[in-house]
Amino acid sequence: MINKLVFQNLKHRWVRTVLSATAVGVQVTMILTLVGLSFGTLEDMSQRSKGAGADILIRPPGSSIIGLSTAPIPEKVLSFVGKLPHVAVATGTVVHPIGGANSITGIDLDSFSRMSGGFKYIKGGPFRNPDDVIVDEYWARQYHLDVGDEYTFLNRKWHVCGIVQPGKLARLFIPLKILQDLSANTGKLTMIYVKLDDPANLREAMKAIRAALPDYQIYSIAEYVSLISVDNIPGLKAFIYVVIGISIVVGFLVVFLSMYTAVLERTREIGILKALGATPGMVLGILVRETVILALIGTAAGILFTYGTRWAIMRYVPGSLTQIIVPDWWPIATLVSLAGSLLGALYPGWKAARQDAIEALAYE
Amino acid sequence: MSEPQPLIQVRNLAKIYRMGDVEVHALRGVDLTVRRGEFIAIVGPSGSGKSTLFYILGGLASASSGSVIIDGKELALMSDTERTRVRRDLVGFVFQKYNLLPTLSAQDNITMAQFIAGQTHKPETAAWFRRTLELLGVGHRLDHKPRSLSGGEQQRVAIARAIVNHPALVLADEPTGNLDTENSEVVLKLLRDLNEQTGQTILMITHNPEAAAYAHRIVHMRDGRIIHP
Repeated sequence: MINKLVFQNLKHRWVRTVLSATAVGVQVTMILTLVGLSFGTLEDMSQRSKGAGADILIRPPGSSIIGLSTAPIPEKVLSFVGKLPHVAVATGTVVHPIGGANSITGIDLDSFSRMSGGFKYIKGGPFRNPDDVIVDEYWARQYHLDVGDEYTFLNRKWHVCGIVQPGKLARLFIPLKILQDLSANTGKLTMIYVKLDDPANLREAMKAIRAALPDYQIYSIAEYVSLISVDNIPGLKAFIYVVIGISIVVGFLVVFLSMYTAVLERTREIGILKALGATPGMVLGILVRETVILALIGTAAGILFTYGTRWAIMRYVPGSLTQIIVPDWWPIATLVSLAGSLLGALYPGWKAARQDAIEALAYE
Repeated sequence: MSEPQPLIQVRNLAKIYRMGDVEVHALRGVDLTVRRGEFIAIVGPSGSGKSTLFYILGGLASASSGSVIIDGKELALMSDTERTRVRRDLVGFVFQKYNLLPTLSAQDNITMAQFIAGQTHKPETAAWFRRTLELLGVGHRLDHKPRSLSGGEQQRVAIARAIVNHPALVLADEPTGNLDTENSEVVLKLLRDLNEQTGQTILMITHNPEAAAYAHRIVHMRDGRIIHP
């Protein structure tokens, strides 16, 4: 009977119900989209690292997993590594920021192609001129680029010579030598990728490289990819917690206002229930059930909205952001929305439970 | 043979409201006895204290002093929780503004009263109650929400809700105050029929002498006291 009353109340005031559930849904979407973006971006980085086709990655001494803006490795290291036992191909890259979280990667197309199996061109082809740039499909979609288009970055005009399938190392490529000169890193590299004659020789090859380059960070690609996680990105976890905290506050405020209005609006009904002999606990229970239902509807809506944000991100900014759906976080988002909502219902519920029956019955 | 114990015994009942620094004496030593099965009307002008008496008898307010015994239970000194139990188990209310829950159907309004009293799904209640609904003439309108019912129909549903749990006492506060003459007559006759056919004790508050005439006994109040004209 109480459930019937609760559902009828929600149905009767459907505008309030829809608005409250939507607001809770936005709170849930905020959490799930942020988590989806964090996980998606890292997942995308992992996939692109694997897509380079390398077995071993050599990074400069003292560099962090994500920081890529310097090129301190002398090019002669690349020649040296290329001659070590079991090394089939070694190629160097330079990574340079071009604004926001975006960067451009300089590659030696010949050795990179031998390592990765080569780009799969959707349109156009390889570099022919020094001002040529290759972009992947996502980047082309986000910036509406086509082969032959002019594209400006690093204070220069470039020409799109090829659009390739995504998944190989980066999204934006120019010739290595050009980027080295432009970024004042002539003869220097950011990273070295190594492909072995046989992956079975990984241990032996890594041992040899470590012995030859003791100060450098030497990872197998599997090891490197495993390090690309939320735990290893400085501040990311704290950022997620801050957003969860804000979500709880938003949920609290939304439900507080909604329930406070509901209690005022239903003062006479609360008086009727009390006149019939309803206890304060029963009155509080009605509001709590209503809140839980609002939070659950809102959470379901929020999960659906997350599919919407993923669609929008992958449609409009796929080159800069990657969002995935993370079902593991659905229970956490549900708990967060329930916590915020129940906190918000606490005072209105207490007020309703303590309502004086005579005053409530006289309420117009 | 001794007289059966009366249903209501009120002795020297007083109620003082404090409004800021001012004390308002709403009841000033009321004595009243109501026998079981009686239909009594309490008549008086605004400010006579009849509503305050109604609230105290219904367990909606506490008394400042004096004694109120309903069905052998002393109300005057009860806690909020105990008075909630009295409303649930001993009293049925009929209000001037019907006070049905607007989101529930007429049937669900009645069922809600049963649910709160913990009396749902009792077969004997169902049979008895069907006959009562026929008497009230609202059996065919039970699926409708209050907004689809006329004032007279809403008040009849409210009466059904008030009696569904077999309360010892039905308290009616100006039950015809919002009704036209025709519907007022219907509701008053129904209250009298209920009283005569089921022995239901009814205490009705009204300022209308014509409505009061339907009761077996009329008690007059003025300035917080019962008067004997």
